[in-house]
Amino acid sequence: MTAVPRRPIRATLALAAALTMGLSACGGAKVSADGTAAANNAASCVDTSGDSIKIGFLNSLSGTMAISEKTVNDSLNLAAEEINAGGGVLGKKLQVVTEDGASEPTKFAEKARKLITADCTAAVFGGWTSASRKAMLPVFEGANSLLFYPVQYEGLEASKNIFYSGATTNQQIIPALDYLREKGAKSLYLVGSDYVFPRTANKIITAYAKEHGMEIKGEEYAPLGHTDFSTIVGKVRSANADAVFNTLNGDSNVAFFKEYRNAGLTADTMPVMSVSIAEEEVGGIGVDNVQNQLVAWNYYETVDSPQNRTFVQAFKAKYGQNRVTSDPMEAAYTSLYLWKAMVEKAGAFDTAAIQNAADGVTFDAPEGKVTVNGQNHHIAKTARIGKINGTGLIDSVWTSPGPIDPDPYLTTYPWAKGLS
Amino acid sequence: MNTFRSLWATTWFRLLVGLAIGIVVLFVLAPAGLSDFRLSLLARFLCVAMVAVGIGLAWGQGGMLVMGQGVFFGLGAYLMAMHLKLADAGPGGVPDFMLLYGTGELPVWWEPLRSPAVTVILIVALPALVAGVLGYLIFRRAVRGAYFAILSQALVAAFAILLIGQQQTTGGTNGLNGFRGFFGYDLNDPANQRMLYFIAAAVLVGMVLIVWQLRRSRFGELLVAVRDQENRTRFLGYNPALVKTVAYVIAAVFAAIGGALFVPIVGIISPADVGVVPSIAFLAGVAIGGRATLLGPVLGSIAVSAAGSGLSETFPAAWTYFQGAVFILVVGFLPGGLAELVGRVRRLPARRRLRPDPTTASTTGITSGIDAPGPDTERIHA
Repeated sequence: MTAVPRRPIRATLALAAALTMGLSACGGAKVSADGTAAANNAASCVDTSGDSIKIGFLNSLSGTMAISEKTVNDSLNLAAEEINAGGGVLGKKLQVVTEDGASEPTKFAEKARKLITADCTAAVFGGWTSASRKAMLPVFEGANSLLFYPVQYEGLEASKNIFYSGATTNQQIIPALDYLREKGAKSLYLVGSDYVFPRTANKIITAYAKEHGMEIKGEEYAPLGHTDFSTIVGKVRSANADAVFNTLNGDSNVAFFKEYRNAGLTADTMPVMSVSIAEEEVGGIGVDNVQNQLVAWNYYETVDSPQNRTFVQAFKAKYGQNRVTSDPMEAAYTSLYLWKAMVEKAGAFDTAAIQNAADGVTFDAPEGKVTVNGQNHHIAKTARIGKINGTGLIDSVWTSPGPIDPDPYLTTYPWAKGLS
Repeated sequence: MNTFRSLWATTWFRLLVGLAIGIVVLFVLAPAGLSDFRLSLLARFLCVAMVAVGIGLAWGQGGMLVMGQGVFFGLGAYLMAMHLKLADAGPGGVPDFMLLYGTGELPVWWEPLRSPAVTVILIVALPALVAGVLGYLIFRRAVRGAYFAILSQALVAAFAILLIGQQQTTGGTNGLNGFRGFFGYDLNDPANQRMLYFIAAAVLVGMVLIVWQLRRSRFGELLVAVRDQENRTRFLGYNPALVKTVAYVIAAVFAAIGGALFVPIVGIISPADVGVVPSIAFLAGVAIGGRATLLGPVLGSIAVSAAGSGLSETFPAAWTYFQGAVFILVVGFLPGGLAELVGRVRRLPARRRLRPDPTTASTTGITSGIDAPGPDTERIHA
């Protein structure tokens, strides 16, 4: 080994000089960039002059959420194709820019920024997990652009730059609780994945139960992707509640329901009400494991309406007869049509015009008629409790008399005071 | 030509040339040629590259396969994010997510982060303390190689689970986001985003210079000695645990600073950015660039980030396959990283010099294994 040439003093001096240089460079930039007063100077770069208009689809096409979000991307593409075939929006053809959120909140934020500032899309459609939505929210507010978010979620949010076409809690969870209570459930066991939606949902469920004299026999969380449910199912079994409220997400449902069935628990002895299992997931879990269990959504493939027949037919024609349609897919499909209706009502593509025109915009969606609430940017939706049948599809066993007005902060429920 | 050759042989000259190129690219060409969006993307890559510089020191020079740098990246990032949240909330205020999902009361351990000065100190001091204590305990027991790698990875997994579980105080899977200001500057102003880019670039250049100096110093030689022959170094009277701990602490601090700058630039930090997968992604850039070289980790890390971003824009549905293919090709055919390619091309004229080129020598020296515990035959001729 050769001896090391050591010149510590000279080297250290050079290092110090270089560092000072670097720091002074950024010091200069700091002075000239004093932009504290500049509030919202993000000028929109959307090009409305040509005969086409750009929109962005931002779904996870890779990562753990890809299996769910790809289906949403499919139905968004179907809607775009239909709209283009019908002449586009304000006479302009939709030009779709697709980006992959990769199941990472940070990626969603990066890609949202790219779609808004580099691609200059007029609106972005996508997102699934609460984390992805929370990551994108500041980006859309900062750039004053629009996001259409198609998935049921935990509520307690109403951004002027997001339109929520999925259910908020009073359109899904509360109807589900009402249904269970009506069927005589006096006690519940709560099982969920460890993230924002289940924890917030369970907070609401607990407040509801307290008000209506129901007993919460236990509350268990498993990390996302967790697949060993022997302990949790054991606890559920010995607690012997009247029903289980399940807010597990993704793969965990497969393991949970297999274990549930192994433990000898069935829909007759202890029904499970799930809020994250749709037609798409039933196949993965295995129909045998979830048959006759309950779910709460706003749309099922079996909904009997001319609009839904057209939607299901068009989807299967495009993507294959063995494919199913589900609630988030329908909500995404609907969101593109709602945007079209808002733009046409406003006569313009810019954010402010759409925000002003949004209130009262309706669309005859596959789930039924939906109406945009201009105050909280959610939509009035029909609630449906469903039962999983032997073919893996879901039959409605209860349908709300009409569309339920969205109430993301649960202000119309006295017992929910203090939740938000 | 000959004078250039002899000048090139001096490290000083090479440093100056490298520095000049780096500064022109980072401070002149990039800001002039890139849009605001691309520049802030590059700023993010630079933050990741800071982690890579540290890994280059700990892994490339020190032989410690640090698979858990997400912990330190996360510590720096979360400390910064907590401060920004508190600054947005105003004096006495509580971050918005705590009102929504928590008790609405600020936990005691958040309080010190109201002060910008305390935050900046903690961003450096906390990771240094954690890495120092942890590192010394581990290295004193001579935990090496795959065992150290597994340990560091378990640590990062535990860290991510802890963050997810404490939703009321850490934001859970959502992480912390929605920052409006950065020490009084509006983060929505593109001018301030450019300022952040310049800060990140300057910090990265500073880190590379520190590592350059460390590699030339007595400490750098000791570190390589410990990597290749820990026992012999011990018999010579040095304390290998201490040498390794110092390198580990430096790597941790670099990662933490990278994390702290990542937060205002990207606008979000979540457990998905600090878990096992991103920790491995940090390593991937270093491995691809060439872990034993000075600039390999930086360039490799920036290249991997840029390729991931670029490929996913061009092929949103299939980009992960391309990324995987690149990793396989490099690991399979260039175990020393892309820097090895440079060395191979240089040796093509096949004029064997008496003294082997220092870069290629140190690269080939450690291709044998992750920790290069090195039977004597491996290194004896180097």
